[in-house]
Amino acid sequence: MTEILRVEHLCKHFGAIKAVNDVSFTLNKAELLAMIGPNGAGKSTCFNMMMGQLKPTSGSVYLRGENITRMAPRVIWRKGVGRTFQITATYQSMTVVENVQVALMSHNHKIFSIRPYAHKLYRDQALGFLETVGMQDQADRHAAVLAYGDLKRLELAIALCHEPDLLLMDEPTAGMAPKERIALMQLTADIVKDRGISVLFTEHDMDVVFGHAHRIMVLNRGELIAEGTASEIRNNAYVQQVYLGGGQLYKKSEEGHVNA
Amino acid sequence: MGLFIAQLLTGLANAGALFMVASGLSLIFGVTRIVNFAHGSFYMLGAFIGYSLLQVLPGMVGFWVAMLLAAIAVGVIGVIVELLVLRPIYRAPELFQLVATFGVILVIQDLALMIWGAEDMLGPRAPGLKGIVRIMGEPVPTYDIALIVITPFVALALWYLITKTRVGILVRAATQDREMVSALGVNQSWLFTGVFFLGAALAGLGGAIQLPKGGADLLMDFNILASIFVVVVIGGMGSLPGAYLAAVLISVLNVFGVTYIPQSTLVLMFVVMAVVLMIKPYGLFGREEVAGEHGQVGEVERPFKPAGLNARLIVAAFLLVLALVPLYGSAFSMVLITDIVIFCLFAASLHFLLGIGGLVSFGHAAFFGGGAYVAALIVTYSDTPMEFALMLAPIGAAMAAVIIGWLCIRLTGVYFAMLTMAFAQLLWSLVYQWGEFTGGDDGLLNIWPSDWLNDTTVYYFLTLIIGVGGILLLRHAAHSPFGYGLRAARDSARQAEAMGIHTKRVQWVAFTFAGAMAGVAGGLFVFSKGSIFPSELEIARSFDALIVVFLGGVKTLSGGVVGGAVLETIKDFLTRFEYWRMTLGLLIIGVVILAPDGIVGSLRKASERLGITKRPEGEV
Repeated sequence: MTEILRVEHLCKHFGAIKAVNDVSFTLNKAELLAMIGPNGAGKSTCFNMMMGQLKPTSGSVYLRGENITRMAPRVIWRKGVGRTFQITATYQSMTVVENVQVALMSHNHKIFSIRPYAHKLYRDQALGFLETVGMQDQADRHAAVLAYGDLKRLELAIALCHEPDLLLMDEPTAGMAPKERIALMQLTADIVKDRGISVLFTEHDMDVVFGHAHRIMVLNRGELIAEGTASEIRNNAYVQQVYLGGGQLYKKSEEGHVNA
Repeated sequence: MGLFIAQLLTGLANAGALFMVASGLSLIFGVTRIVNFAHGSFYMLGAFIGYSLLQVLPGMVGFWVAMLLAAIAVGVIGVIVELLVLRPIYRAPELFQLVATFGVILVIQDLALMIWGAEDMLGPRAPGLKGIVRIMGEPVPTYDIALIVITPFVALALWYLITKTRVGILVRAATQDREMVSALGVNQSWLFTGVFFLGAALAGLGGAIQLPKGGADLLMDFNILASIFVVVVIGGMGSLPGAYLAAVLISVLNVFGVTYIPQSTLVLMFVVMAVVLMIKPYGLFGREEVAGEHGQVGEVERPFKPAGLNARLIVAAFLLVLALVPLYGSAFSMVLITDIVIFCLFAASLHFLLGIGGLVSFGHAAFFGGGAYVAALIVTYSDTPMEFALMLAPIGAAMAAVIIGWLCIRLTGVYFAMLTMAFAQLLWSLVYQWGEFTGGDDGLLNIWPSDWLNDTTVYYFLTLIIGVGGILLLRHAAHSPFGYGLRAARDSARQAEAMGIHTKRVQWVAFTFAGAMAGVAGGLFVFSKGSIFPSELEIARSFDALIVVFLGGVKTLSGGVVGGAVLETIKDFLTRFEYWRMTLGLLIIGVVILAPDGIVGSLRKASERLGITKRPEGEV
């Protein structure tokens, strides 16, 4: 199995708070890896460090063996990493297809060109990506009037534009109806299969996680507490404790600190 | 040593009024997010009203009662302005309200002229505090000592109000999250009104207490505006201790500047501000402004496409009418249209930056006046042919924009706006005070075009070709991948960076491009007038362009050009009358209230409502 992403001893400390503490894992080609954990476990912080939005306190991130720690998001993107955001980020003043076209313009190094007309540039290609996520019939709608689930799908189309090897999806189905969630994850799984893309995603919906992830990591209070296949995780006593009660999110000794 | 201390004390005394006015501005901005351009006018009103009250209130008690009454009166005026002008437009796009406050400046200017006349008024000295104290042999006015003592008490009272009272808690909460405060059941509109009262009253108090030192005149409003913006920005938006410290810093520096380096007094303040912002981008005590954290106000820009055939034909026909003006129009109409086209290009260049790029620059005149001065200086000193000088204008402006842009682009929102204004003022004060090179206040004269162009008709065509060409180039750029990249950086810098777009670099290039186009307009301007004065670089000029872009419609593609043409035409017509400022001010306020989407935006909506054009599905 080819390794795509390797994370080694990643830490992010905000003062005394260890948001992410010594997290290490690898992600292989065409693998669908889920990162789960309660709120505040450090999932988004991990993501933001891998994608360059946040500088880690220590530790490293390797993409195909190359150290990409502390690189700017736009540099990491050029190396073939796409991402979708927990809170969708799209260009609200443009149409759906134009959102995708901008990504293609950037991919083809056309952003500094002042030759009109940009709305014709890469349109067919962009429509193709919209078709992949089932949005082609909404191509010319204003992005600002889209439903939330459609925005999520649009983000996925944008992230696929530069044919990435790796896709980082931060809560791809948050805020969607249960049916839509399954559909979006099925779509993602199909894309992974077709194109050999590796996906790392965080998720709160356990149906989505156990139904689609090849491998699951569990994060709690900044630390990786378990890793394995769906059934291994399901039967892990500690994970059960963290998720299903009995376990406290914070250790007693830390309570005073957290409450302060 | 004695002189040193005396000057220090003078500086501290001057800081009093500055602090009061600046803290008022800071309060109003913090809570309402309105950049109140009219704050200088409140200060001026405080001085005039204080002056009139002092005529009827004698004695020491009378003096201080007059100060307080002046503050209250200005506070009430602030409330009237808030209720009548601002309350109807809180839902308008962010910063749109500043256009209305600009209208208020004009109205107050003429009102003050009507009531108090054009003559400067010398403030009476404060009863009981007329003497001087000798400190190490140097005379210091007693009134200065009084001010030094009073100011910290005002600051302390304000600090107590903001940090210790329930009202203060609401004000601070509203500064952080207006929506949440109103969701918790606080009547937001009355909170806004209250803050306006307090802010305006502080400005009025500042104007009144400086009477014995400076008197009252009609130029006070604009004169203090730059200083208070500088104080607020150096101190950090919304920080009272910051405002006090910055006011002291600026005032003391000014006093020492006058003594030791008199030729650079105006520059000094802006140099300090630029240095502070480069080290601490959000001021001494400011908090980082995260773009969009206060939420997008108003609706999102609509997608746009290049104009269809019909629109193009209409524009072509209109241009043909303009091209034929020499056949049927008078020389005067050609001069007027020349002015309008130049102004439209200037406005269009700012619109590109502001509308497409979301970069609100308060100092765009730097590049208009800068380009004009580059051309004028080259002609004056090197006998360069006019054609060449005209080409150098945009190049000079672009070079200035590269440097200023590099320094400003790191900041966002209102801090970006303030820093651009500071650099524009820096350029202005350089030109103004470096008299032996730039001609200073007297300007540069006899900058005429080459012989073959030195004819109204020929120059008219030159302006039409270059001006319209420039506007079309800006429009083309908006439709280009670069325009899309710029909009992407404005809509979501996060997503743009995550898809490989270097947003800051895109914005920097856009800033330079817009600067160069303003330089083109500046070059055309100087040769059409034959002269250039520092006023083309000043704040008022930057504001002109800003007002026009908002008035035309910042969220439409042609807003800048249409706004520019309309306002310049109206202005030309109105300036023949005595009280044209008031008329123009009222007109601006009227448009702002009746057409909060700007002229173009509101026309578009009206035509959709009437069914002339189709409204895209889902839009409001």
